[in-house]
Amino acid sequence: MDWVTVLLYIVLVTFGWLNIYASVYDENVSHSIFDLTLSSGRQLMFIAAGIIIITAILIIDMRFYDTFAYIIYGVILFLLLLVPFIGKEVGGNKAWIGIGSFGGQPSEFAKFATALAVAKFVGTIGFRMDNLRNQMILFAMIGIPMVLILAQKDTGTALVFTSFMVVFYREGMSPFLILVGIGCAIIFILALLVENNIYLYAIIGIVWLALIVFSKKRKFKRIALLTIGAIALIAMLQSVDYVVENVLKPHQQNRIKALINPDADPLGYGWNVTQSKIAIGSGGFIGKGFLNGTQTKFDFVPEQSTDFIFCTIGEEHGFIGSLITIALWVTLLLRIVFIAERQKNRFTRVFAYATASILFFHFAVNIGMTVGLFPVIGIPLPFFSYGGSSLWGFTVLLFILLKLDAHRGEVLQRI
Amino acid sequence: MNDGRKDIIQVIIILVAFIFLIKLFSIQVLDNKYAELADSNAILKQIDYPVRGLIYDRNGKLLVYNTPEYDIQIIANEVKRLDSAEFCKVFRLTPEELKTKFKELKLKKEYSPVKPTTFLTQLSNDDFARIQDRIIDFPGFYIQPRSTRSYTTSAFANGLGYVSEISKSQLEKDITGTYKQGDYIGQSGIEAYYEKYLSGKRGVRFKMRDVDGLDKGSFKNGDLDTVSVPGQNLMTTIDLDLQLYGEFLMQGKSGSIVAIEPATGEILAFVSGPSYDPNLLTGKNYSKNFQFISSDTAKPLFSRPLMAQYRPGSIFKIAQAMVALQEGVITPDTRIVCNRSIINCHGSHRNEDLRGAITHSCNPYFHNVLRRMLNKGKANDPFTDTRIGLDEWSNHIRSFGFGKPLGIDLPNEKSGLVPNPAFYDKAYRGRAWKFSNIYSIAIGEGENLVVPIQMANFAATIANRGYYYTPHLVKSIGNTGKPLPEYLQKHFTTIDSIYFNVAVDAMQSVVEGGTAQYRAKLSDIIVCGKTGTVENNPPLFDHSVFIAFAPRDNPKIAISVYVEDAGQGGRAAASIASLMIEKYLIGETKRKHIEDYVLRGIFN
Repeated sequence: MDWVTVLLYIVLVTFGWLNIYASVYDENVSHSIFDLTLSSGRQLMFIAAGIIIITAILIIDMRFYDTFAYIIYGVILFLLLLVPFIGKEVGGNKAWIGIGSFGGQPSEFAKFATALAVAKFVGTIGFRMDNLRNQMILFAMIGIPMVLILAQKDTGTALVFTSFMVVFYREGMSPFLILVGIGCAIIFILALLVENNIYLYAIIGIVWLALIVFSKKRKFKRIALLTIGAIALIAMLQSVDYVVENVLKPHQQNRIKALINPDADPLGYGWNVTQSKIAIGSGGFIGKGFLNGTQTKFDFVPEQSTDFIFCTIGEEHGFIGSLITIALWVTLLLRIVFIAERQKNRFTRVFAYATASILFFHFAVNIGMTVGLFPVIGIPLPFFSYGGSSLWGFTVLLFILLKLDAHRGEVLQRI
Repeated sequence: MNDGRKDIIQVIIILVAFIFLIKLFSIQVLDNKYAELADSNAILKQIDYPVRGLIYDRNGKLLVYNTPEYDIQIIANEVKRLDSAEFCKVFRLTPEELKTKFKELKLKKEYSPVKPTTFLTQLSNDDFARIQDRIIDFPGFYIQPRSTRSYTTSAFANGLGYVSEISKSQLEKDITGTYKQGDYIGQSGIEAYYEKYLSGKRGVRFKMRDVDGLDKGSFKNGDLDTVSVPGQNLMTTIDLDLQLYGEFLMQGKSGSIVAIEPATGEILAFVSGPSYDPNLLTGKNYSKNFQFISSDTAKPLFSRPLMAQYRPGSIFKIAQAMVALQEGVITPDTRIVCNRSIINCHGSHRNEDLRGAITHSCNPYFHNVLRRMLNKGKANDPFTDTRIGLDEWSNHIRSFGFGKPLGIDLPNEKSGLVPNPAFYDKAYRGRAWKFSNIYSIAIGEGENLVVPIQMANFAATIANRGYYYTPHLVKSIGNTGKPLPEYLQKHFTTIDSIYFNVAVDAMQSVVEGGTAQYRAKLSDIIVCGKTGTVENNPPLFDHSVFIAFAPRDNPKIAISVYVEDAGQGGRAAASIASLMIEKYLIGETKRKHIEDYVLRGIFN
């Protein structure tokens, strides 16, 4: 058992729980942190349930996860498929299914299920990443849950699955695809930031000319490729405005606009980002103190106990608190990478990288959006944000990894 | 082959964390903007307006009090589905007015959609009664009570001054940051001079509120809150009955009456004619009425006792006489022939002593006296000699309080003018001047300028035989029972008190057998006075001036009356002054015919 990770988990969950209490705390109504009418009381129940889940994960034979990977993946896909028909709409997304008051969001569990399936597929003896067919199968594995979750209008969670690219990269896929993806994102944002596309065209033209003039071998094929690339870029730039105006939904357009200029309409679409930055920024160096935050407590920040939980940390614990939180997160992520790298078994290593990638994606996007570096994409900060499904989903992910890691010596016997 | 990739992944994780930390450091530690924004989000500063101090007359009669008035404030973000037709009906506005109100609102500097901003101002008690029950139908609108000034009578408007919204330039001058836009401040008179005593101290309550503007209790347990301290009441020196009577007598006339209690410098009456009703400059119709009053050609806002600078006329002869006695250029027995070749005179006197010269207001006598004063032969050439004499003369005259602001407790007091050598150097632009150029100052004409309050103070100084207390309008601030400390100091003239007895005797003769004998004489009380008839540009009548005090011994009242364009001082001014003295000392007038004469207002 990797006790460093367990300790980090305990610290993060506890700190998260205290912050949930702070975000719903009301001086005038003195509820205790354990009060079940408050999010903090319910979160404690979720944590307790989490401990039962952890116990179960640790008791179950490690071979179960390898053996049943595809079946678990299949069951979750089936549930995702059911959601649009039997799901309940909670907070604008139809992602919640359950019986009575007992239930959860399958999309939260799709993350670890997909991680298991991908790990199993990549871990197959003789698997080669440079095989196109294998790549297609992997993209399908992450693509199917993405599409199903997009159907629930939960763009944020769907985007989480792109984090598997990190795993593929680590396992040998050419970085070309990732670079193209990042390049497209940069161009997309540039196109929004720069009012007049002429400047961008000029830059593309200059780069194109420079590449042709200074390349040593002026083969026709290379020139042709560069020219096609340049034309494709220009076409893409041209289409960005069209995409923003016509493909994206108004609230998505606004989130991108808010990122670029949150002050344009601080009370309208810029509200979330503006208020989030005010809350965090007003914390100062040491913060206002536990339960003394005004911005989160008085609901100026929306969803302050779920997606915007980092505002409470920033406001009440200041830069010091933010620094500690980020340090804890970096430690956890690097620890998981360390765990991954000490595996002799490819299945466990892939699963570990999937865990690291998913958590990193959440960490980067969630904190990025609260400090105004990223568009508002509603995904929780793992272990901090209020919510049973989210907490359990990440707990399962992390503790399956710890269980597999604990048995890393035995794995060889099976092969 | 893939070992380098693990490092790249780790570097990316660390890089992202660093970017976050830099961003966090910049918004949390380097930039204070967010802390301020957070405060303005969550902390509502509520000003607790203190009650403005009340103003009483010297006998405890109420002059100025407060009546409640209501402002309507708006928090724009809370306004939901405003039924504008209904709103207009309740608030008695036309749809156009409502539209302009909203336009004006957005233009206000302090406007914020999440903070209360004043929307309508100065609704009366009647409006309040109508609106009170309906206000809940208009979410986002709140009633903010405040108080406005009301006046028990229309008297003493120029002395009391008025209160109105603080102006832009006043706001800029307020370096202490006490006032903010929309606050009310004393604009003139006692209201302005005693602003800091009357206004009291504002209280501030810091309240926390949530995103819906709901009250979330006090901020930091109210440690930063302060309680408002009500303004201090003022007891003025004014005798309301006398003041009202003075205004009654002055109706239809331009000029002023100032009455002072010589023993204390307390101003008993302060009448400026024409005046205005102070109730017009309060409440909702302030701006409309102010426009009307300030454009009146008779200048009712112009506080004549304090700001009108007149030539003093013959009342100045008393001062001349005392200065000459002090300098030893004459004695009370000095007789001078009434030689009317240089300067005109009136009456049938021929060769008077000092007392007779004052009684008959003999111009050639004082022409001669001034020559003796200014040309004492201290220098050989007449120019330098006059210069030396004038310098001595003007110092004596100034010691009576002329030629400088007395320091009354009102703003905008004028200084008048007592010419000295430097003044004439400037007026003659370097050309030489001597006595023959400047002799009209001998009889209070020429370059001399005095304000009515100085004339009354002059009368009080003679009544006191040589000293005065600076005239003032407030005898007690709050519960102290005392005026401001500067009003408890005696100011002595440069004239020995024995010479004042000569002046007092002469002034008694003026009333009993001289220029004021018909109208200023009272049967039971010895009144001492001096007339003045100040030259005016024909066809206008001369200005009528009179100063007096009574009784002769242990005087209780000193007075100056100045009536513009009313002819001889022995008529309008002397009549009014004696009626005022009678009213104050006896309580009623026994000389109905004099009162009728004054009220009729025909003095020629």
